Parts: sequence; structure tokens; C-alpha cells
Amino acid sequence: MTRSPIELSTTPDDHRIARLAAAAIALSLVDAAIPLPLPGVKPGLANIVTLLVLYRYGFATAAWVSGLRVVAGGLLLGHFLAPGFFLSLTGAAASLATLALAQRLPRRWFGPVTLSLIAAFAHIGGQLLLARAWLIPHDGVFLLAPLFFAAALFFGIINGLIVARLLGESQPPDPAEPQHA
Amino acid sequence: MTSRRAQASSFTTGRRNPWLSLLRPGDWVVAGVSALAVAASFPLLWQGGAGERAVVRRDGEVVAELDLSRKRTLEVAGAIGTTVIAVEPGRARVAADPGPRQYCVRQGWLKRAGEIAICAPNHVSLQIAGRKNGFDSITY
Repeated sequence: MTRSPIELSTTPDDHRIARLAAAAIALSLVDAAIPLPLPGVKPGLANIVTLLVLYRYGFATAAWVSGLRVVAGGLLLGHFLAPGFFLSLTGAAASLATLALAQRLPRRWFGPVTLSLIAAFAHIGGQLLLARAWLIPHDGVFLLAPLFFAAALFFGIINGLIVARLLGESQPPDPAEPQHA
Repeated sequence: MTSRRAQASSFTTGRRNPWLSLLRPGDWVVAGVSALAVAASFPLLWQGGAGERAVVRRDGEVVAELDLSRKRTLEVAGAIGTTVIAVEPGRARVAADPGPRQYCVRQGWLKRAGEIAICAPNHVSLQIAGRKNGFDSITY
């Protein structure tokens, strides 16, 4: 086997981000495969990964994982650069922006469920505003908003509980970081 | 390790739901406020279409704006005769019109913002207005 002349030097951080993004992408595909009655309502399982990463590795890693998930998820689902991709991108950006602020809330009082709820509402809020401004420039879009908000409430709590459960099971941060880099 | 033990003890001693123990006080507050906001968003966003005023126009110019809160009738002199507008609490209609086909009369009561009855031969129209106007149709 010939050695490739192009050598990309990667750090352990890169490997970790790639591994976590892969998990998030897999959950995005699961998300897309779950049938739900209303288009636009999704469990947002990939947000579980974003939150876990935020808690364990910090905001920068979470932003990388989320961004990679949106781009690679878009490629895999076939909507890269289509309207659905931009909706997904806007939702991810909005929830990351609010998470950047919400992560400063005192941890003693506010747990993963709070962050998950805030991220879910920011996600659907950003998407609704983009849809209103660009895809369906009419206030009729907001007729669906209460249903989206209700879904965000429901799935936000569920995902937050899952994150809290997973954090509880894997603390302290796993020392057995795979070394097969 | 430690948390695993803590979780196990919450199973055995408290008999509390292990999922509930994952919620911190602030989480309850945020979840409660969110639930209230979601509940409030339904009436806020779904009843904006209710009518508040009846706007009567002749040749496109507003002749009268009638409050939909009390009953009254209004006669509007048009191009070929007199159109009679009837208002009741929450609704309005064209009660009589000299037009030959009576489309605007047969349209009946108008309730929601944006609904309109046009008596074209007499150049008179009756439209319901609300806080925000509804829409006739949306096409995707």
C-alpha cells in the first residue's frame, strides 16, 4: 500500500469530536426515520449528544459536534443545501447560542433538563423565524407554532432526562479514553 | 461509581421514581414556566382571527366601521340602490342588496377577520377586521 502524500495531522481532540459527531449523526438518522404525524415535529435525539458533550467537554466541542452533525447529517439525508438543511442549521445555531448563555446558570439549581428545554425552544423558535422570513413569508406559519412548542416541551424534558441519566452513569469522565488513535 | 451507588439507594430507600430525582429545583421551575407558556400560546396564536369590526366600503372608500359588540343595521346608498348591513354581536352580514344575483346576501354571516362580502353591482363591500387579519388561502 502506497503512502498518501497528503498527511493530515490530527489531535486526540479531533478524534474525540469525530467520534461524538458520528454518534450525533447516527441519532439524526434515527430521528429522521421515526414517523410522526406533523412535518417538523422531531424528537431531536441528536441534541442528547450535544448536551452530553457540552457537559463533559465544554462549549467549543459541543459546537463542533453540532455543526458537523448538521452538515454530515444533511449529506446523508440528501437535503444538503436544500431548505431543510438551512432549517436544521438555523435550529442548531439558535440552540447553541442559547446554550452558550444557559450553561452559565448555577449547576446546583439548573440541570440538563433546563438546558434541554431551552435548547429545544430555541431550536424551534429559530426555525420558525427562518421559515417565516424565507420559506413561507406569511404569518400563517405561526398557526402551527403552538403544536411545535408543545412538542419542544415534551421532547425537551425527555431528552434532558436522558442526558441527566447518562451523565449520572458515566461520571467521573471516563478515564478509559480509547487510545487507538 | 459513587453515583451508581447513589442511584441504587434511591431505588431501594426512597421508592422515588429514579427519573424524578434527576430533576433539580430550577428544572421544575423552567418546565412549569415552559408548560404555561406553551398552554398560553394556543389561544394567543389560534384566536387572533376573531373579528372585532365590520368595515363597510363604497367604491373602495370606507363608509363606516361598525363595532361588532352590539346589534345595529346600516343602510348604504350605492350605485344602483341601497345595501342594508346588519351587525350582531360577533358577526355581520349583508341583509339586503339591490344586485341581481344576490351573491353578497347569500354569503350569510361573516365572523372571522378577513372575511368579505362584495356586492359588486352596488359597489359596496362588507369586510370583517380583527386585531390581525386572517387570510383567504395559503398555497405551498
